Amino acid sequence: MSEKDLKDKDTIPSVDEEKRDFLFVTTAGLAVAGGAVTVFSMVDTMNPAKDVLALSTTEVDLSPIEEGQSLTVMWRGKPIFIRHRSEGEISDASNVSVGELKHMASDESRVKNPKWLVVVGVCTHLGCVPLGQKIGDNKGEFGGWFCPCHGSHYDTSGRIRKGPAPLNLEVPPYEFVTDDIIKIG
Amino acid sequence: MKDNKTEKKGFTNWIDERLPIFTFINHNLRDYPTPKNLNYFWNFGSLAGITLVIMIVTGILLAMQYTANTEIAFDSVERIMRDVNNGWLLRYIHMNGASMFFIIVYIHIFRGLYYGSYKYPREILWMLGVVILLLMMATAFMGYVLPWGQMSFWGATVITNLFSAFPIIGDYIVTFLWGGFSVDNPTLSRFFVLHYLLPFAIVGVVALHLVALHQFGSNNPTGLDVKSEGDTIPFHPYYTVKDYLGLGVYLIVFAGLVFFAPNFLGHPDNYIPANPLQTPAHIVPEWYFLPFYAILRAVPDKLLGVLLMFAAVLILFFLPWLDRHRVRSANFRPFYRQFYWLFIINCFVLGWVGAMPAEGIYVLISRVATLYYFGFFLIIMPLLSKFENTPALPSSISAAVISEKFDSKEPAGSETYVK
Repeated sequence: MSEKDLKDKDTIPSVDEEKRDFLFVTTAGLAVAGGAVTVFSMVDTMNPAKDVLALSTTEVDLSPIEEGQSLTVMWRGKPIFIRHRSEGEISDASNVSVGELKHMASDESRVKNPKWLVVVGVCTHLGCVPLGQKIGDNKGEFGGWFCPCHGSHYDTSGRIRKGPAPLNLEVPPYEFVTDDIIKIG
Repeated sequence: MKDNKTEKKGFTNWIDERLPIFTFINHNLRDYPTPKNLNYFWNFGSLAGITLVIMIVTGILLAMQYTANTEIAFDSVERIMRDVNNGWLLRYIHMNGASMFFIIVYIHIFRGLYYGSYKYPREILWMLGVVILLLMMATAFMGYVLPWGQMSFWGATVITNLFSAFPIIGDYIVTFLWGGFSVDNPTLSRFFVLHYLLPFAIVGVVALHLVALHQFGSNNPTGLDVKSEGDTIPFHPYYTVKDYLGLGVYLIVFAGLVFFAPNFLGHPDNYIPANPLQTPAHIVPEWYFLPFYAILRAVPDKLLGVLLMFAAVLILFFLPWLDRHRVRSANFRPFYRQFYWLFIINCFVLGWVGAMPAEGIYVLISRVATLYYFGFFLIIMPLLSKFENTPALPSSISAAVISEKFDSKEPAGSETYVK
C-alpha cells in the first residue's frame, strides 16, 4: 500500500480525523513537556550546588584592624577589601563633587559606617585584583587602589577615578552584626 | 551547468547542494526502504543508540562533579547525591542506564541470534556489534570502579587479577594495569580517563555498524532477502512512529527503575567506602556480567577459567562461520529453534548460578550450563548446518505477510526449499 492510498480517505472509511489530531497533539505536547523538564533538570545540575551556596556568607571580626590598616577576606571565592579609614581618607572621599565622577556615587551611599569601607576587590575592568591592601603597595593617584593589569585608579571610597574600568568597586551586601562584626552576603 | 528552471530554491537546498546532509538524512531516515514485516524486536537497535546518547550526556554532566582521586572519589559521589541540584537523578539515570543498556543490547543480540542476522551478507555488521559489546563491557566495568566503594575496589581487584592467570607475563600485565602494586590512585585515575574515552570509541563503532547495516538493510522476521520494492516501506513515517512507541514504553520502564527502585540492581556494599584491608563477605559483579562470571568459576583451573570466560564473548565473532545453515530465521528452523530457546534459558541459569556462592550443587549446575553454552556454538550449530531440514520457505516477504494475514497454513506462492 503506498502513501497515496493511505491519504485517500475513501479507502479507509473509519478514520476519525478529530481523534487523530487530538492524539497527535496531546502525545507530542506531553513528550515536549517531559523533554523540557528533563533537559532543564539536567542543565540545572551545573548551577551552584548546595555546598557552594552554603559558603555564601562570611563573618568578619573588625576589632583587630587598626586605623589605616586593611584586611582581605574571601567571600564566594572572591577577595573582599575591608579598610579601616582614617579621618583624612574619609574627608578625601566625601569632599569629591559627585558630578565629576565617572560612575557617580556619594561616599555615604557606599558605606554603613564611614570608618569602614567594604568593597569587592575585583577590578570592574577585566577582573584583576587591584593593589593597595598591603603597606608599600601602589595605591594609585587617589590613595585607594591601583589595578596593575590596565592601570585603573580607585579612590578611598573604591570609586573609579582614572583608567579603563567603567564602574566603582562593587559594595557587597553586608550588615553589622555587632559594632565590631560584619556579616558579608 | 544547471538549468535555471530545475535549480532548487531555498536555504536547505543551498546547503544541501554544497554539503548533502539533508540528502543523507532523507536517504537513511526517511525514504530508507525497510522490510515491511519488522516486529518490535527491531526496536532495540534504535533504543540502544538512544541509551548510548543518554549515557554520554549524563556521564559528561557527572564528570563535571566527580573527582577521580581515592581520597575524595567516594565523597564526591555522595556530594553529587546530596548537594548537586538533581544530582541524585543524574547519577541514578547513569547508574541504571548502564543496566538498561545491557538489557537492550542483550535482547538486540538474542534477536540477531534468533533471526540469523549474523549470516551472509551481514557478517561484518555482526562482528562490529560484538566489538561494541566488548567496549561496553570494558566501559561498564571501569565505570563501576569510579564511586570507590567496597564493590568498586574489590571488583577492580578481582577483574584485573584475571590477567595474572597468564603464565610468566601475567604479573607484569597486572602491575601495568594497576600502575602500581595494588588497585590504587593511579588505577582509579586511568579508569576514569578510559571510562570517559571509550564511549566515544563506541560512538565511532556504532557509526560503522550503521554503515554496514544500511549496505544491505535490516534483516526481517522471515529472514528472506528483500526481492522487490513491494517488500519494503519507507522508514519514515512507518518505523519512526514504531520506534517512538517503543521508546515511550522503554522510557516508562527506565523511569520506573530510576524513580522507584534505583538501587535494585546495585549492591549495598558499594555504599561503604573502599577498604583495601577488608574484602566483602560475598563479592559479585554487576548482574550483566554474572553469566560470564559463572563460566569463570565453573572451571577449577585458574588459567582455563579465565580463557573460557573470554572465549564466551569472543566466540560470537565466529558465529557466521559456525552456523552455516542457509536459512536465516529460526521461524523456519524447527530444530535450531528448540536449541535456541534452551540456550536462552541456559544464559539465565548461568546468570543465576553466577550470583550464588561457588559451592555444592551450584558448581555442578554452572558446569553443565557452561558445557551447553559452548556446545550450542561449537557442536549444535555446525551439526544443524549440515543436517537440519527446513519446511518450504515463502517466496517473498510479501507472500509471507499475506499468508500470515489470511491465516493460511500454506504460504502463498511458496517455493520448496529443503536443505
